[in-house]
Amino acid sequence: MINLTINDQKTSVPAGSTVLDAAKKLNINIPTLCNHPDLCIAGNCRVCLVEQKGARTLIAACAMPVAEGMDIHTNTLKVRNARKHVVELLLSEHRSDCTKCYKNQKCELQSLANEFAFGDTIFLDLVEDHPYEIDRSSPSFMKDDSKCIRCQRCVRTCSELQYISAIAVANKGAHQKISSFHDRPMSHVVCTNCGQCVNRCPTGALVEKTYIDQVWDAIYDPEKHVVVQTAPAVRVALGEDLGYDPGERVTGKMVTALRQLGFNSVLDTDFSADLTIMEEGTELLTRLKKALVDGDKKISFPMFTSCSPGWIKFIEHKYPEFLPNLSTCKSPQQMFGALAKTYYAQKRKIDPSKIVSVSVMPCTAKKYEADRPEMRDSGYKDIDYVLTTRELAVMIKQAGINFRNLEPSHYDSIMGDSTGAAVIFGATGGVMEAALRTAYEIVTGREVPFNNLNITPVRGMEGVKEVTIKIEGCTDDWKFLEGAELKTAIAHGLTNANKIMRLVRQGKSPYHFVEIMACPGGCIGGGGQPIPTSMEIRKNRMKAIYSEDEHMILRKSHENPDVIAIYKDFLGKPNSHKAHELLHTHYVEREQY
Amino acid sequence: MYQVGNLVKELTEKHGRLRESLMPILQGIVERHSYLTDEAMVEVAKELDISAAEVYGTASFYTFLDTKVRGKYVIRICKTITCSMKGKGEIIETIEDMLKIKVGETTSDRMFSLLETNCIGWCHKAPAILINDLPYTELSPEKVVEIIKGYMHK
Amino acid sequence: MENNTGLNKVDLIFEKIDPKEVLTKAFEMTNEQIIQEVLESGLKGRGGAGFPTGLKWKYTASEKDPDKYIVCNADEGEPGTFKDREILDRVSYKVYGGMAIASKAIGAKNGIVYLRGEYRFLLPQLMRELELFHKMIDEIGYDFRIRYYMGSGAYICGEESALFESIQGDRGEPRNKPPYPTTSGVFYKPTSINNVETLVTVMEIIKHGAKTYNQLGTKDSRGSKVFSVSGDTPTPGIFELELGMTVQQFVNEFGDGDTKAVQVGGASGFCVPRKKFNETIIGFEGVPTGGSMKLFNSSRSMYNVLHNYLDFFAEESCGQCTPCRVGCQQLLKGVQNVKKGDVKSTYLNELVKLAETMKVASKCGLGQSVGNAFRTIVENFREEIIY
Repeated sequence: MINLTINDQKTSVPAGSTVLDAAKKLNINIPTLCNHPDLCIAGNCRVCLVEQKGARTLIAACAMPVAEGMDIHTNTLKVRNARKHVVELLLSEHRSDCTKCYKNQKCELQSLANEFAFGDTIFLDLVEDHPYEIDRSSPSFMKDDSKCIRCQRCVRTCSELQYISAIAVANKGAHQKISSFHDRPMSHVVCTNCGQCVNRCPTGALVEKTYIDQVWDAIYDPEKHVVVQTAPAVRVALGEDLGYDPGERVTGKMVTALRQLGFNSVLDTDFSADLTIMEEGTELLTRLKKALVDGDKKISFPMFTSCSPGWIKFIEHKYPEFLPNLSTCKSPQQMFGALAKTYYAQKRKIDPSKIVSVSVMPCTAKKYEADRPEMRDSGYKDIDYVLTTRELAVMIKQAGINFRNLEPSHYDSIMGDSTGAAVIFGATGGVMEAALRTAYEIVTGREVPFNNLNITPVRGMEGVKEVTIKIEGCTDDWKFLEGAELKTAIAHGLTNANKIMRLVRQGKSPYHFVEIMACPGGCIGGGGQPIPTSMEIRKNRMKAIYSEDEHMILRKSHENPDVIAIYKDFLGKPNSHKAHELLHTHYVEREQY
Repeated sequence: MYQVGNLVKELTEKHGRLRESLMPILQGIVERHSYLTDEAMVEVAKELDISAAEVYGTASFYTFLDTKVRGKYVIRICKTITCSMKGKGEIIETIEDMLKIKVGETTSDRMFSLLETNCIGWCHKAPAILINDLPYTELSPEKVVEIIKGYMHK
Repeated sequence: MENNTGLNKVDLIFEKIDPKEVLTKAFEMTNEQIIQEVLESGLKGRGGAGFPTGLKWKYTASEKDPDKYIVCNADEGEPGTFKDREILDRVSYKVYGGMAIASKAIGAKNGIVYLRGEYRFLLPQLMRELELFHKMIDEIGYDFRIRYYMGSGAYICGEESALFESIQGDRGEPRNKPPYPTTSGVFYKPTSINNVETLVTVMEIIKHGAKTYNQLGTKDSRGSKVFSVSGDTPTPGIFELELGMTVQQFVNEFGDGDTKAVQVGGASGFCVPRKKFNETIIGFEGVPTGGSMKLFNSSRSMYNVLHNYLDFFAEESCGQCTPCRVGCQQLLKGVQNVKKGDVKSTYLNELVKLAETMKVASKCGLGQSVGNAFRTIVENFREEIIY
């Protein structure tokens, strides 16, 4: 342990800790900006400067390792002057259209300005000296360099968490900027649209592309029937943007709020998540059968899940030779979309051209996914607008809804029923667990051999998880699987996905089935979720997801009554011709670099 | 625009495929072609298996790793204080008149680019220029005309 | 020991020596003995920052990791400095020799020279000479190899950790310190990084002995060093001078009779006005320099000088930390606007405060030293900036 004093208070912290860590332990607040709990230390912004007795210069608390006997002061005149200057300098290169900015009151620079740099501006405006243009090319997010303060959180996110580096630091000096490859539009580079950068941008330089106005227009259009679906991870995070602590479940209130906003039908992506399990589980078993019984050499393993559109774009760019390994199942959002304008329209006797299909997602990549040309199997654009969790919170505020006082209510019927298996799609390992709960039962006629259906080995925040399930006591149809060991792996965050993909490329993958989610923690840590995010926050959301599951009466996808009904009334059976038409898709090889 | 062809492969054979090979490879391309095309940078990204944005990010940090189209001969005039004091302006005017381009531009036949650069380490023999790698010092307008004529006839 | 009290020309750096003899002598010493000798010589780094060379080697030697590096910093970019080019051009064998001695002292098997892109034209010659050097140490029976990495036009790469990043194929952005290079340098291995001239000086120290060497100079600035003299002088060029002279003595020798200011240490150094020539010693007790000495006579506008330097820094800042990236732009735009009359002249006071912040708040030496020239020019030539 290293002993030091901060503001004359003694503390000891483990070697390797930073001055910032030590200050936190003492409950001394040191402002930070480029620092982020998910990312490596940068020490760029210099907001966290403190004074170390005997040092020639001030030191960055976030980057300075503690040393024995350090005497740190966080609030000296020298510190205050420097800090004010640093914030003023950042403001001078930042286009401060705060009242109009999407990040107004959620901007970390604004908070710092409010604390350290209110009143007269000291320095000259530098924004006018740069020819800035806003990049609106991606359907998922916008990049406005005039608001960028070069903290490089986005760059570190894209490289450390996502192994993509779609953006990097370019140029130097006054011309330094965060840039895609040679300033190409973000829609034309190797970017997965995952939005993790958006989630970590402290200002309005990276924000999701909002479709709030378009959704309001649809709601107010008397000709339109507007259906909305909400993804599993939204219900455990929406509260954060409405004054709740991370990890509070607000499912029922959210449904009521959506109704009050004026959506004609409030439905659940959980329904199509359950449907995904039926389709994907069947696909997996069929692949296993083809490979093991029919000796079909074309079938290759592992099979990958396909729910996460960021992951899909990643594999399309980086590992296109393994596209045949991807499940052909559309994501739950898109299965829902295809059915809303076919099955739902028929059932409710609504002209599908009048249906506007909106989804609320923890995700920015879903906006891109909805725009993919493949996603028009209903004959229309299957999903018209995708809102993030954050956008929904904005709409709830715009409508003046007092969220806390809402009475919880239930989703509408037809495509509103869900099971616990669908809910856990929101957390890493969830799709795997849901698939196992169903597939195991199909093959053996018995429930998975885990206490209370909780397949705990697939859960948790470890980057890559490996689980082997021994299949025993198969029914007659599945005898060929008797005694087989189903090897599975689960990865979240594309850097972890890449680890698995490397094994696969090297031919060293032992896996049959792999679940991959583009975002850390799975959808609960999605790019469209409330800001800020951190491991602690994601863990709280994850806890809420599993608690939601525990509270459900039905916890296996194949027991979902709406799912049973749709196979009976419309689709026939899983992987039927009709199911393939509407619920499955194909993938596109994209440029690798 | 040039086609990078096998050059990147040749350079990776020579310098390796590690991250530390990046600078020598980019330098090798510039040595041959004066600047980096998008195609060349993507090729380098592929060979080293790093993102193209990172290749660009690194290249754009270095003044001599140009990502804009440049001529066969890149004339870099030192603009730092001593050269400025000792007649840099006149040298620029002379070259601009001669080649009919402004600072930052390239002749239409892609033979010459004219750029300013920071201190090149010849302050005692100012004004000085680099043409590609070679320094020319103690310049006068007459002298620089002769030097450039020499390149025109190369 | 008497301090040097005048301007004395010295001929050590470019002195012709037999490298084999010096190296044989060095290799007979233990690494502690070499370090002790260099410590006793009082040698401080000749790149400008002036860290005691012996100490740097001692720290690197004490690191456990057997994979260590000696790096020669030949990224001479400070405006007004050209002595390393001259040294490499004329006596590269002494640079290589210094690296070999350093390698022995710290226990490194590998040396790297990082040469600035502007000096690429020297490379073929340097490689030929390196080949001869390798042959020579093979003959002596010493296991050590040097390789070259080239810069490509980035002033900041002269900063040691930025230089490592550049060698590693990355943007030349300085690292957070600690860890220092002696613990984690190039390829994150213990590294001693020394300036070209420092390494040559080591050869001279081993040849002549520390006791002889430290007769030269002053208590804080031992020995002699090579000065790059330019600007308004009848005799621009390279001069090796004993440390400890005053600016006045320097101007007496090199001025054109009308010198109003001397910029000591380049754009990141200090501007000494005529009225302070007498009281200012060139060295670590006064104004330190990596060798750049620029003379300005009364026909020169110090606004132009300052503007030129600020323009330089605004371009050459790596851009990663706020005080340097934005501060340089603000200082530049600020003096422009003061000159144009767009802001009040008192705005200069705000800018001086900003320069002070940059000094204590920037991540590396570049941002920390921008304020040197700014403050000393604005303080001494305020009228020239405003009117």
